[in-house]
Amino acid sequence: MNLEFSPEEIAFRDEVRAFIAESYPAQLRGKQDEGDDLTKEDFLSWHRVLAAKGWIAPAWPVEYGGPGWTATQRYIWSEETARADCIRIMPFGITMVGPVIYTFGTAEQKARFLPRILSGEDWWCQGYSEPGAGSDLASLRTRAVLTDDGQHYIVNGQKTWTTMAQHADWGFFLVRTNPDAKQQEGISFLLIDMKTPGITVRPIITLGGEHEVNEVFLEDVKVPVENRIYEENKGWTCAKFLLAHERAGIAGVAASKRGIERIRDIAGTEMDGDRPLLANPFYRRKVAELEMDLTALEFTELRTLANEASGKGSGAEANVLKIKGSEIQQRITELALEAAGHYGAPYFRGFGEGDNEHPIGPDWATRTAPSYFNMRKTTIYGGSNEVQRNIIAKMVLGL
Amino acid sequence: MDLSFTETQDMLRDTLARFLADTYDFETRKKMLERPEGRDPGIWRALATELGILSAPFAEEHGGMGGGAIENMIVMEELGKVIAIEPYLQTVVIGGNALKYAGGTHASALIPAIIGGEAIFAFAYAEPKGRYDLARIETTAKKDGAGYVLNGHKAVVYAAPWATHLLVTARTGGSGSDRGGVELFLVDAKSAGITRRDYPTVDGCQASEVYFENVALPGDALLPGGLDLIERLVDDATMAICAEGQGAGRKLHELTLAYTKERKQFGQPIGKFQALQFRLADMMVEAEQIQSMTLMGTLKLDTPANERKAAVSLAKAKVAKSLRFIGQNAVQTHGGIGITIELAAGHYFKRMTMIESQFGPADHHLERYEALTMPA
Repeated sequence: MNLEFSPEEIAFRDEVRAFIAESYPAQLRGKQDEGDDLTKEDFLSWHRVLAAKGWIAPAWPVEYGGPGWTATQRYIWSEETARADCIRIMPFGITMVGPVIYTFGTAEQKARFLPRILSGEDWWCQGYSEPGAGSDLASLRTRAVLTDDGQHYIVNGQKTWTTMAQHADWGFFLVRTNPDAKQQEGISFLLIDMKTPGITVRPIITLGGEHEVNEVFLEDVKVPVENRIYEENKGWTCAKFLLAHERAGIAGVAASKRGIERIRDIAGTEMDGDRPLLANPFYRRKVAELEMDLTALEFTELRTLANEASGKGSGAEANVLKIKGSEIQQRITELALEAAGHYGAPYFRGFGEGDNEHPIGPDWATRTAPSYFNMRKTTIYGGSNEVQRNIIAKMVLGL
Repeated sequence: MDLSFTETQDMLRDTLARFLADTYDFETRKKMLERPEGRDPGIWRALATELGILSAPFAEEHGGMGGGAIENMIVMEELGKVIAIEPYLQTVVIGGNALKYAGGTHASALIPAIIGGEAIFAFAYAEPKGRYDLARIETTAKKDGAGYVLNGHKAVVYAAPWATHLLVTARTGGSGSDRGGVELFLVDAKSAGITRRDYPTVDGCQASEVYFENVALPGDALLPGGLDLIERLVDDATMAICAEGQGAGRKLHELTLAYTKERKQFGQPIGKFQALQFRLADMMVEAEQIQSMTLMGTLKLDTPANERKAAVSLAKAKVAKSLRFIGQNAVQTHGGIGITIELAAGHYFKRMTMIESQFGPADHHLERYEALTMPA
């Protein structure tokens, strides 16, 4: 047992560093995930660079276009991209629907969708939550009825919290195909072209002023039956598989490490009386405890990867990663907002036409409050942290 | 990077776990504590000679199996699962490592004696007024010809009543918290001038106040390395009790989980209540984090001193907090029976509570971490 990288792993790390230094899109340098409003083109510019290199889908099997990396290489990759402040890759295609398609899809479905996910040609969104089905996802009511000729589903209903649906070419939807079966047993997994007539996307503006999420209305939307993944009424199997995948990535260790580094930079220079904020005993204790918890999270993730390789583990790893990872992401934004002091308050709405005046206060402070507000989402999405505890209690502890 | 155990390490764990399952159930442990000596020496003999467990972390040249800190982690975790009162920490981890770092004749003479079960060590480092500052000691070792003369009072020396050898920290110079002048001495426990006041501890072990009055030591009793060496040994020991806490915490979570499935109130097992389900889930999350931090700190024991200290302190702080969470919630979940001596649960709680502060509680370690990594 050891923590050192092998010479091959160090060579890989250097290769990754050199690649990022050379190929990371110039217009993205200095932009940050939670700090700037990123456009669709911003996201796609980095996506295309990685697709061309063959590194866009680190966890995919080689036969479907993955790079064939080991767990340690994937760890190095996420460390290095966070270290270089690379923007994140939208998860909906690569992390979510892609693995569902290569795990449950037919040969035709794989050939049709996977290459376009890898290339970034299709932007995906996730049609899961509904106004009446949040944590209780299986109570969803969006209805899909097979036409008499058996060639199409007609879909009616409403989805909500649909992230980046305003940019989406395709969506993966959970719909009810059998209203008489037990909740989980009447659900199917459909891929829907977002340009199909009958689909309306309406923005929801969140507390930080962002337009990230949307409501999606479906009115007599005609979906070819070949767009259903896996068997009819077996969609919950795909949904559970996807939730487990989503949770593993949700720990966000590398990004949180970088986030704490920024907090240290800020609090090391911001003055609190005649000492840096980081010398304030109360503030530094919070930073220390955050680093303590993040280290515990990091090694829980590393243990999880080692256990996956050897087929052992408690079975609760993904839930633990989701719970602790989301709490840590929130605590980082709390500390940033606290560090901003007075300058947490000014609301900067972007540069207007012909307006190039500098925002009020230090650059880094401008978005501390909006980030803090926005990141309250992390303990709610992906199965709220209460649902995670329910899962541990029922599935792992047998209560 | 490789976080998997070797086959030999898996075997070590299985062998020890099977032995302890047969010999260390709660009732048997209770009887050991009631013996005049406060333990069953046959267990230690069996660990040494039948199982050969005590050789696990030593080099082959000394008759060991060639392991190290990972092997100690495995053994301590298993001992923690049965809240064993064996002096493994003091003898194999602290004594063994002190000898390893010293090398030479001490190592070649005494490591085989540890492996054979004949030598038992106790670590006399704490003092009545020193709290957790390893340098704030008043015990003195004055140079006297080729040797030293030892005077002072060491506090709460676990395993001292059983010990054949003592590792004693003392000042050869300096004062207060000066780093310079603090040294580690290897002392025969039967030396003239040593008196002990023995007592049981709240967590089932045996300890002593140890008094040194003009104890004459030979020159080679000083193990060179000063405070750096002592800090290293305490970091090794800290990670070992984190592993012990990991075993105890997991086991206490298991016991509490089982209790929520059998205890009925309001017409159903109390584990059906969501308030308790969430508590049991949170306890499990803490147990996972203890395991992660124990592994992290153990794997960083051989890094440069400041990196090692920061890692060990971060680990101990987390383990202390998580052990408190698991322990207190286990008692609360058991209800009234949890605060009696009748169930094993309360005894796990007691040992876990002592682990929290042994070698420094969370606040002490967070402070050390901050001092190492943040501006003053």
